[in-house]
Amino acid sequence: MTLSDFVTARAAGGPHVSRAARASRLSGLVMAAGAALLAALPFLVFSTVTDTLVNLFVLVALASMWNLLAGFGGLVSVGQQAYVGIGAYTVIALADLGVQPYLAVPLAALTCAVFAVPTSWLAFRLRGDYFAVGTWVIAEVYRLLVVRVDSLGGGSGKGLTGLSGLDQTLRGALTYWIALALALATIAGCYLLLRGRLGLSLMAVRDEETAAGSAGIDVGRAKRLVYLVSAAGCGAAGGVITVSSLSVNPDAIFSVQWSAYMIFIVVIGGIGFIEGPLIGALVFFTMQQFLADYGSWYLVVLGAVGIAVALWLPGGLWGLVRSRTGLSLFPVGYHVRRPDVRE
Amino acid sequence: MGWLNAVVQGILLGGLYALFATGLSLMFGVMRIVNLAHGDLAVVASFLALALVGGTGLPLWVVLVVTVPLFALLGYLTQRVLLQRSLAAGPLATLLVTFGLSIVLQNVLLEIFSADTRTLDGGAFATGSFELSGAISVGYLSLTTFVLAGAVLIGIQLFLSRTGLGRMLRASSDDAETARLMGADSRHVYGIATAIAFATVALAGLMFAIRSSFDPSIGPSRLIFAFEAVVIGGLGSLWGTLLGGMVLGITQSLSAQADPALTLLAGHLVFLAVLAFRPQGLLAGRTA
Repeated sequence: MTLSDFVTARAAGGPHVSRAARASRLSGLVMAAGAALLAALPFLVFSTVTDTLVNLFVLVALASMWNLLAGFGGLVSVGQQAYVGIGAYTVIALADLGVQPYLAVPLAALTCAVFAVPTSWLAFRLRGDYFAVGTWVIAEVYRLLVVRVDSLGGGSGKGLTGLSGLDQTLRGALTYWIALALALATIAGCYLLLRGRLGLSLMAVRDEETAAGSAGIDVGRAKRLVYLVSAAGCGAAGGVITVSSLSVNPDAIFSVQWSAYMIFIVVIGGIGFIEGPLIGALVFFTMQQFLADYGSWYLVVLGAVGIAVALWLPGGLWGLVRSRTGLSLFPVGYHVRRPDVRE
Repeated sequence: MGWLNAVVQGILLGGLYALFATGLSLMFGVMRIVNLAHGDLAVVASFLALALVGGTGLPLWVVLVVTVPLFALLGYLTQRVLLQRSLAAGPLATLLVTFGLSIVLQNVLLEIFSADTRTLDGGAFATGSFELSGAISVGYLSLTTFVLAGAVLIGIQLFLSRTGLGRMLRASSDDAETARLMGADSRHVYGIATAIAFATVALAGLMFAIRSSFDPSIGPSRLIFAFEAVVIGGLGSLWGTLLGGMVLGITQSLSAQADPALTLLAGHLVFLAVLAFRPQGLLAGRTA
């Protein structure tokens, strides 16, 4: 056997590299069917159900965006409520100018991405934990600036105009669909983004920033891109919150509570997995519904569970599932198999 | 009230901010932990004092003497039970644990004491003042707080530079592993640092409570003041924290003189300006 024959033979018998295991192809079909079912829900169930689900979708979207930022980009922010607020107020302001509120939601995302550019210049000067508190201060600054604008209702907030002409049932359904679209878009967005070159760079940066930089990755650019995408997603979520609640209050929309929700949903579900925010949001949402009669105790439980998971289960619930079963609904890594070993 | 008076009041307020921020600075300097529950701990101290005064009728200074050591003990236990574990689990875990603690404390306080705004009655001492000159009057409480802040900072500085434990603390801060090789028990040392931090937080929380009203949800905005003081002054420098607190206090006091609605915004903007133009802080850091 000549050397070239040997090399060819080895290459032919080399490991088989693929994205998806068979299980994740199957689960892809199941998820598509699930999404179709969710989209048909307004025709099937009472509006109380769909109205409640709007909250769940918003939580899924927010948590996905925070997961992208912190779990993949390594940027632990406690200030994403800045973009929830800016998004909400963009919808209010655009509706005042005569833009259809539902169409204003994507524009809110765009506005937030624009605001995120100068914000990132400041925030990226801080690292690690100080980045977290710094983004929080910046969110406070945005709140304090917004309440000074009288045309936005000042400190007492403002109602949304432009939806009063719509039939209530139709409005409920449209809000439901836009919330569902937001949740699906954020998950799909994360998935597509992380499958590509950016995903690889990000994970390298998150795991070891200096090494990633020396391997030729433009660390600053990768982080900034993630920050902008996350801001846009949170802005759209803020817009959906506004078209759902029909009004905005500065203290509530810029509240750090949004960050608490995002962070603990992601941590409980599993940080660094696209599935994590989904699982976490479902757990949080269920808990919220069950403890609804007990005031703010669900937040106490949320904080305590969050602490426990951070200490004893760093991969969250999905990390647990994955380590037991190897299941991955959104495969962003690669499976490497030897051809002679059957799956 | 003139502008000069506003500056004097700002400096005195800055003393309180510095006292409050010391714990944050110390915990970051020694353990690289940013304690997001810092503000809420101060509020817990306020409510604890309120409950003690209301429940036992003890005079305020006794409550103060009881609360501060209690918090020191609490700090030591928190470090050993919660934070030490989170340190082992990675940098994200410490942030999550302290943030979780913040959410838990806030909502437990909310359930126990309701969302009402409270004050701690400090009597004549809290409202009394003396005239320094025609235009400037200095409150006894503000001055006491300022002196207390200075004393605490000097005390911590002496502790860090003169005592064996302080030396171990500085060594652990510089290089925990080597310090461990030299026989420093880092868990105990970290516990001591957290105990000091909690004690100063309790003291500051009580001063805040006598000075102005408080409610269960005010912790996070207090944390932001402390954080700003630390960053403006320079990370990991105790005297920087004092300077940062004063800069923040003077800014807030002057802007309140111009337009009360601007108070918070001006403080944040100074912080952002420092971040933009002098990210290492005014007194660039040696570690504490």
